[in-house]
Amino acid sequence: MSNRTLRAFFANRLALAGMVMLLLLVLGAIFAPILVPYSPTSTDFSALQQPPSSQHWFGTDQLGRDIFSRVLYGARVSLAAGLISVLLALLLGGLIGLVAGFYGGWIDDVLMRLTDAMLAFPFLVLAIALAAVLGPSLQNTMLAIGVVTTPVFARLIRGQVLTERPREYVQAAVALGGSDGRIITRHLLPNILGPLIVQVSLSTATAVLAEATLSFLGLGVQPPTPSWGSMLNDARGYLSQAPYMALFPGLAIFLAVLAFNLIGDGLRDALDPRMKK
Amino acid sequence: MFLFVLRRLMGGLPTLLLVTVLVFTLTRVLPGDPARLLLGEEATPELVAQIREELGLNRPILVQYADWLWGLVRGDLGRSIRGNELVAPIIWQKLPTTLELSLFSLLVAIAIGIPAGVLAALRRNTAIDASVTVMALSGISIPNFFLGILLIYAFSIRLAWIPPSGYVEPWVDLQKNLLLMLMPAITLGTALAGAIARFTRNSMLEVLSQDYVRTARAKGLEGRVVVYKHALRNAAIPVVTVIGLQLGGLLGGAVVTEQVFSIPGFGRLLVDSVFNRDFPVLQAVVLISALAVFLINVLTDLLYAAIDPRIRYH
Repeated sequence: MSNRTLRAFFANRLALAGMVMLLLLVLGAIFAPILVPYSPTSTDFSALQQPPSSQHWFGTDQLGRDIFSRVLYGARVSLAAGLISVLLALLLGGLIGLVAGFYGGWIDDVLMRLTDAMLAFPFLVLAIALAAVLGPSLQNTMLAIGVVTTPVFARLIRGQVLTERPREYVQAAVALGGSDGRIITRHLLPNILGPLIVQVSLSTATAVLAEATLSFLGLGVQPPTPSWGSMLNDARGYLSQAPYMALFPGLAIFLAVLAFNLIGDGLRDALDPRMKK
Repeated sequence: MFLFVLRRLMGGLPTLLLVTVLVFTLTRVLPGDPARLLLGEEATPELVAQIREELGLNRPILVQYADWLWGLVRGDLGRSIRGNELVAPIIWQKLPTTLELSLFSLLVAIAIGIPAGVLAALRRNTAIDASVTVMALSGISIPNFFLGILLIYAFSIRLAWIPPSGYVEPWVDLQKNLLLMLMPAITLGTALAGAIARFTRNSMLEVLSQDYVRTARAKGLEGRVVVYKHALRNAAIPVVTVIGLQLGGLLGGAVVTEQVFSIPGFGRLLVDSVFNRDFPVLQAVVLISALAVFLINVLTDLLYAAIDPRIRYH
């Protein structure tokens, strides 16, 4: 990314706010073991459903577990799920998109028909079905979300390769006898990086939301591991006596998704010269 | 026009065929034997073998697929493993509820999204524009189950205005039906409202800078006429595309919304089939949702022609 792009990105206050939110979240997730006052899974039956206080900043849940500690540990699950599933989609989709766009012909036809068929399903419906078939666990959640996100990257990268391939610099590399692998990694990839980074950020937002949804439905991370989605599901039963049980994990999901969306938006605007204000 | 629809439907057949292959693969080839999934981990091997025989799982996989596909063509979606009911009538029974929910959400989304987007474009780079932008992005980012829970807390628990959950069919009690649909429709429509507002804003900005808008203003037309008659109509085309593309997402969101508000619809059926390990139902729900997305896309294409007289389908 050029300096101009970076300057444009950091001049965007909303994008900057997103970066700060993400940074706090990542630090919280990494240093959770040092930061949390209580174990996220230890129950305390003398302190059930206590409202937020100086001892329990976010209150305690129906088993007396500290919600602040659980929200911080939940950040680990959420971020890991978001990033790893998108990484999986990027690798799988990248491979499909590069091969389809670079070689064209029947390979392209077959691969694109397949991505078309996958994109025909509503994202969440397919993710739920896949997660259900694979069985509930964090790994399977990531796998399901990653697979469902794959066609998005396959389409994007194929499109980018198709626009870049006929350009002179690629033709020159071909004429000079560069191998396919070298042309793809040294010439094509650096030039399609911009839109790719934008999509990674936006897809991570979707993936974090999808992970929370799957855990909310009981198809994701299993108890007692804290996850924001399952915490919200627990909280539903105690809404009138302990609304804070729902508030904090809900806010955490909202802010995490918002952060990735803000960053993605900011990057897209920064990379697009027409979007200059 | 008729020919166009026919051609468009035929053109989608190969993709739809591939969709059926994916759905079939999803439940048959992936790890996990449907018979064992149905019976649970503790089942005896004899029982598993018996169920496999009954479900026809011992036949070659291609025969099973062909059999299933032939059933689909005749409108036979198989039998539910729980209760042994036919799946197709269950789907037909649940679909109208979800359709109603989606339609209301769409109305909510359009009623909020388009005016907000137009306003932001007209007041470009002002505080109004900035707040619409932030609110639109927040609407996209808030998990709908969280929003639903917040609404239940505010309007059912604190204010006690609306019952927190339940569903009454519109022909039984229309007023109650609409009251109960209000919170779910807002819950499901908010994300779409955000997306529509963003696209309307961008599309309007593009259109407002064009020559014919300047001409319309120059010949002395009232600002309102220029905005609504000249600009908005042209700006609407990409917005319709976005709405069409997002309707599939609405179907996914309905799964969660119906769960939060205990609405016995299509999405609820999906979740129930997952927890009941009812694979014929799961298969059918996933397949029908893909089919619905396909039909929505065809409908979106037709809507273009209604909005833009330059587009004619032959």
